[in-house]
Amino acid sequence: MLEINPFSILAETVSPLFIQFFILAMLSLIVIGIVVQMIHHKNVTYFFNNAKKAKLAAERELGVGEKTSVILKTVVHDIATTAELGAGKRRIAHVMGMYGTILFWVASIVLVFFYTGEGESVSTIWPIIWHVGAIMTCVGGYWFWLFLRVDVLAEAHPWYRIIKADLFVLALLACATTGLAWSYFQSSGLAGLGYLFLVLFITSNLVLFGGVYWSKFAHMIYKPGAAIQKNLAEADGSRDNLPPLADAPKQFGLGIKREQPKHY
Amino acid sequence: MSTFVYMTRCDGCGHCVDICPSDIMHIDENIRRAVNIEPNFCWECYSCVKACPNHAIDVRGYADFAPMGHSVRVRREEEKGTISWKIKFRNGTTKDFVSPITTKPWGEFIPKLADGDKPDQGEINSQMLYTEPNGLNIDGKLPSVPKDTFKKGVYY
Repeated sequence: MLEINPFSILAETVSPLFIQFFILAMLSLIVIGIVVQMIHHKNVTYFFNNAKKAKLAAERELGVGEKTSVILKTVVHDIATTAELGAGKRRIAHVMGMYGTILFWVASIVLVFFYTGEGESVSTIWPIIWHVGAIMTCVGGYWFWLFLRVDVLAEAHPWYRIIKADLFVLALLACATTGLAWSYFQSSGLAGLGYLFLVLFITSNLVLFGGVYWSKFAHMIYKPGAAIQKNLAEADGSRDNLPPLADAPKQFGLGIKREQPKHY
Repeated sequence: MSTFVYMTRCDGCGHCVDICPSDIMHIDENIRRAVNIEPNFCWECYSCVKACPNHAIDVRGYADFAPMGHSVRVRREEEKGTISWKIKFRNGTTKDFVSPITTKPWGEFIPKLADGDKPDQGEINSQMLYTEPNGLNIDGKLPSVPKDTFKKGVYY
């Protein structure tokens, strides 16, 4: 199952051009959702105002080289490894879900545009990447949603309480889960169940990408932006008005951060 | 003064929810970030401000004595055992302070009340509190100051 491209089997009944159109439509929905959200929530205005304030409070001006170095360090350390979540389960679950989703989406585009349709070559590695990405998304996502969510861990709400903030994670999990189920039943020759999960897969994709305006989808853009701004503010001395790091050796262990916040 | 959360910095870890003695720091249902649900009930203890690992919580001062432009921010570094404050005045003057953290280590020195002796009815009716008088280290009686040591000319 892992080595079979599910889109090439689907292309026997549905035109590959239609599948490609669907992917382009989903990409358009992402762009539209984020742009409308930026206009309505004024997130970008906030970022630029914050940058202006930081520039006024800066103790020294950063050169282009320094800025580039700070941005690169932020990308490698903060963004690629989700450093702001600290050491612990939340970070592992997030990294697993994040890279799983990236693999799942990139492999979807590659499979649909380069390995689906008549006369196209067959790939064994990309279907494996697609399936592994979906499995990683499921493991990281369900772990987070069932056990690590702050609503469950710190607020003591039951795991089945669903709120608006769950729209993104649940739609993403539905995509990965129904995608895997569709691929499995389709490759097993169970056409009925295959079509059922295909419909669910399409629906969950429409909810995920169509709901960008209402969901936390855009955190993928805002969070890296905020991390870069924070590290630039540390480097230029403005530090969002925070005091500088104390000139003292690390001589004690962790206190409050030693434990998970679950003392409800 | 009440606390508020910078949404771009908060990552929804829940430390402020956990530590707030007034139980007013909660998680927003739309964006899963911390929010002060009842600013009027905030008693400005700064627990959440110090506990936040991302420095996402700030305190908004009353406009009459802390007009726009001021800032009071804190950075708690547990491994160094320090707590630093930066006070920024409206005219641009800034003051930096660094102090040692003097609280006891987290989770230690919790009295094991359940393991103690059960109080009898006499102790329950007494005006003495738990561990009193031994816990006060006063040899069984309250300290007294002899009247002849009082300053002359003061009448009690």
